[in-house]
Amino acid sequence: MATSTTTTLTGERAGTPPARHRRALGQRALPYLLSLPALLVCIGILIPFGTAVWYSLQRYNLALPFTRGFIGLDNYQSFLFDGAFWNTIRVSLSYTALTVGIELVLGLAIAMLLQRPTRWHNVCAIALLLPLMIAPAIASLMWKLMTNPDFGIMSYLVGLVGITDFRWASAPSTALFTVVLVDVWVYTPFMMILLLAGLRALPRQPFEAAELDGVPAAFVFFRITLPMLMPYILTATLFRLLDAIQQFDIIYAMTQGGPGDRLMVFQVQAYLEFFQYTNVGRSAALLMVLWAITFILSNLFIKHWLRLRERAHGVA
Amino acid sequence: MQAKQGIGGVLRGIALTLVLLFFLFPIVWVFLMSFQTNAQILRIPPSPFFTPTLENYTALISGRLETTSGVLDIAFMRNLMNSVILSASSVLLALILGVPAAYAFARFKFRLGENIAFTLLSFRFAPPLLVLLPLTLYFQALGLSDTYVGLIWVYQLICLPLILWIVRGYFEDISPDIEHAYRVDGHSWARTFWRIAIPLARPGIAAAALLAFIFAWNNFVFALILASADKQPVTVGALAFVTAAGIQYGQIAAAVVLSVTPTLLLALYAQRYLVQGLSMGAVKG
Repeated sequence: MATSTTTTLTGERAGTPPARHRRALGQRALPYLLSLPALLVCIGILIPFGTAVWYSLQRYNLALPFTRGFIGLDNYQSFLFDGAFWNTIRVSLSYTALTVGIELVLGLAIAMLLQRPTRWHNVCAIALLLPLMIAPAIASLMWKLMTNPDFGIMSYLVGLVGITDFRWASAPSTALFTVVLVDVWVYTPFMMILLLAGLRALPRQPFEAAELDGVPAAFVFFRITLPMLMPYILTATLFRLLDAIQQFDIIYAMTQGGPGDRLMVFQVQAYLEFFQYTNVGRSAALLMVLWAITFILSNLFIKHWLRLRERAHGVA
Repeated sequence: MQAKQGIGGVLRGIALTLVLLFFLFPIVWVFLMSFQTNAQILRIPPSPFFTPTLENYTALISGRLETTSGVLDIAFMRNLMNSVILSASSVLLALILGVPAAYAFARFKFRLGENIAFTLLSFRFAPPLLVLLPLTLYFQALGLSDTYVGLIWVYQLICLPLILWIVRGYFEDISPDIEHAYRVDGHSWARTFWRIAIPLARPGIAAAALLAFIFAWNNFVFALILASADKQPVTVGALAFVTAAGIQYGQIAAAVVLSVTPTLLLALYAQRYLVQGLSMGAVKG
């Protein structure tokens, strides 16, 4: 682009007038040129998003192509009186609340345990990251091996404490518990590492002052640690909320949504609707509802994230 | 006071031991299972002591399973190879596309800049099936279904936002003064970018690339929907492999071990970058 004389990256302090003009134009186009390829590649993939919106407004079943037609909001309306839809909502929300709640409490507790930056604590933190490096689908496979009612080590262990015939993911009463357990195993380290980074970034003075004054530990935790850690807690929680409400890998790999409809979360239900019942319209409408939920959640996330960024830049 | 701290220390030690046990035991146990014969796995009570055997691994690597009902061919190694091809190419493409864009977002204030940046970030948050299911229909029409090119393209939805946001944060942390000085010396923009900006941001780029590789490797749903047996990565392949007749539990365990080894090794080798990347990716952007 700019070839000679004095110039700056933003081009506001340039040489002779014509050269400045040309350079200014080039400079103005440059950021667009740099970001365009990335945007184009993504938009290419995002066209289907628009298509999905369109499908969701149609009666569209791959098995019955001749019945295809525009039906407006009928797909959505049918959800109102559809037990399966409300089951999906209920299962998705309880799955999300359980996993994120447990992971937050557990992740925070572990982060507090590993708070001091000693060598041993760092080794522990890195060891705890290992489950996060295993694909959730593969982790589910591991847990399936361990919870096999015939030879699984977990079945044996619960048998030792007197619980026999525990059917894990294959029994309706324990299936939710089992997938939540796997989710907690996979994602608690994620929560832990974000909160640990937060804890270690907190200023030391308030804690030192509290210790000098002999303030009780519970008071320090609730009145100093928690409030100061809140930005990190919110970010990590929103991140996990977004993932959990969309959970597919673990549930599909463990139980394919069963037993019965016990674990029919949004994406598993939509997947089956598409491939098993070939009902494209309904599947798309279901995913649009999920998208609306994630859209609201991610907006919360992005607003919060922007505030954090502004503050970080204000300080720097 | 001293005694109280002692008790607290012991309690902390116990808590930490329990935590490590819960998170590491499954990995260790499945690792042990992978060296056992089916008879050893089915023992009651289960025992961590046994004579290790490599036959599970040789069966997987040779792709020939000797079963009671005959010889079974399995494509597990092919799945592993597919994972390598897909993850590595996706990260490479994401770097080529993402690093210049990240630089643009970090260094220039331009109209719509923030909007474009957020659009790209927002891909991270959309339900994948919303894009994938219509895409199956498109891919069939375009002849992209079951090709590496199609999959690598779709994998950009995972890799690109990660690269973009971590590398952007990194560029923003580097003072532009060195670049200014180099430009004043009469060097072109492109040269400055290549010789100054990229080398300075290398740790951030490394962290982002590593993280993107792991996410791509671990992905399940994209390939489940868009790839048939031929192009399936190991996450999908392993699951299909489990249901094949004649597979033994030890072989499943060995398959699990083989399929997680690359990312675990990478993570251990570069854990410093990884932690940095994870916390930056979330908190900074």
